[in-house]
Amino acid sequence: MTYFEFLNEHGITLLLGTVTTVKVLICSMILYVVISMIFGLMRLSKNPIIQSTATVYIEFFRGTSLLVQLFWAYYVLPFFGISLEAFTAGVVALGLNFGAYGAEIVRAGILAVPKGQWEAAHSLNFTPAKRIKRIIIPQIFPIILPPAANLTVELLKATALVALVTVVDLTFEAKQINSITWLSAQCFGTALLIYYIMARFALVPFLRWLEVLAARKIGKEKV
Amino acid sequence: MEMGWRWDFTYEILPQMAIATLNTIIAAGVGYMIALIVGLFFLLAQRTPSKIFNWVNREIVEFIRSTPLLIQLFFVYFVLPQFGITLSAWVCGMITIGLHFGTYMSEVYRGALEGVSKTQWEACRALNFSTIYTYRRIVLPQAFPIAIPGMGNYLVGIFKDTPLLSTIGVAELFHAATAVGGYNYRYLEPYTLVGIIFLTLSIPAAMWVRKLERDVNISQGKIKK
Repeated sequence: MTYFEFLNEHGITLLLGTVTTVKVLICSMILYVVISMIFGLMRLSKNPIIQSTATVYIEFFRGTSLLVQLFWAYYVLPFFGISLEAFTAGVVALGLNFGAYGAEIVRAGILAVPKGQWEAAHSLNFTPAKRIKRIIIPQIFPIILPPAANLTVELLKATALVALVTVVDLTFEAKQINSITWLSAQCFGTALLIYYIMARFALVPFLRWLEVLAARKIGKEKV
Repeated sequence: MEMGWRWDFTYEILPQMAIATLNTIIAAGVGYMIALIVGLFFLLAQRTPSKIFNWVNREIVEFIRSTPLLIQLFFVYFVLPQFGITLSAWVCGMITIGLHFGTYMSEVYRGALEGVSKTQWEACRALNFSTIYTYRRIVLPQAFPIAIPGMGNYLVGIFKDTPLLSTIGVAELFHAATAVGGYNYRYLEPYTLVGIIFLTLSIPAAMWVRKLERDVNISQGKIKK
């Protein structure tokens, strides 16, 4: 069986799996961005309860393995009466895990905004909420986007793990085809290539574009 | 089936989990050693004068870095036998983890080497030191402290990625938990125990890396005590 015949027969299945992978990626991306914003700000709160809640959350999710969290969400939560669908469990686990890493990026980004900006906003009598929203947040984007881009590529790679909790994504389909045909080189090779193309020619250019956009927004032309 | 946490079951599976934890630590340690060495090779390959070779090397690194470790594991485990190379799951896992994290490690090394200021090189040239002597006595002692935090982070990273090895049948902690859970049809205790064991091992490790990072920054004069 040539490679072309292989693609002809199983290409559609792999593409359908790719669609699911993209869905998982987009959902968990949205979730992790929201979570990291919230917990990044909480980490910097002066209120010790809020701050320590965020610290515990971040340490917990960064300290355990993603696979363990995923299996926990899918196989253990039903013990507590919460049954999540495989897709939901996957997205939630990915979002929570990467949200913890993202929160640290957001925290570092906020700390990297020059202190003079805080003081200027303070002296202009901005309310704390307005200070964050109008002065600090627009300035943190150019700082946090490069590390966030790395994290998002890691997220794309991590979506492969949801196959292990029976989400029918690209990895799952590749494994499935492998167990039927035993053409391991073809199916895993194709899967690797698809992941590579998604990361290299779709996700990374998109994130670079965001970086340029963010830099332009605050008047720093990025070369 | 009884709901809720069962302590008797927890105590029953605890010895089994402890042994499996040892396996996990061994896997992470061996994988890390391989990654350290593989990273060195990727670094050397980056520094060759040939442009084509550099480009090929960079693309390989880029490819390994942007594809999931899970599929790489499957690839190595299922494809090598087709070429007549039959390796055990352990060996496959170690090779893949070594390769995957070796690419990351080469970036850490590169960053550290570039972190040594260029004037150091110029001073050595002015003093007529040989390249080897410059590396051995001037550059590497300065680059090493810069690389320590990154190297430490990936040690923790590898440790947290070892559960993936269970998918090709390496008998580490997560594999043991799945086996125990499947046998007794109770996943609550095994998976929770795995989480707790990971936390108790990786949080101190992460704290130690952070302390190292701080010490390095202090010794470099970047921050004050």
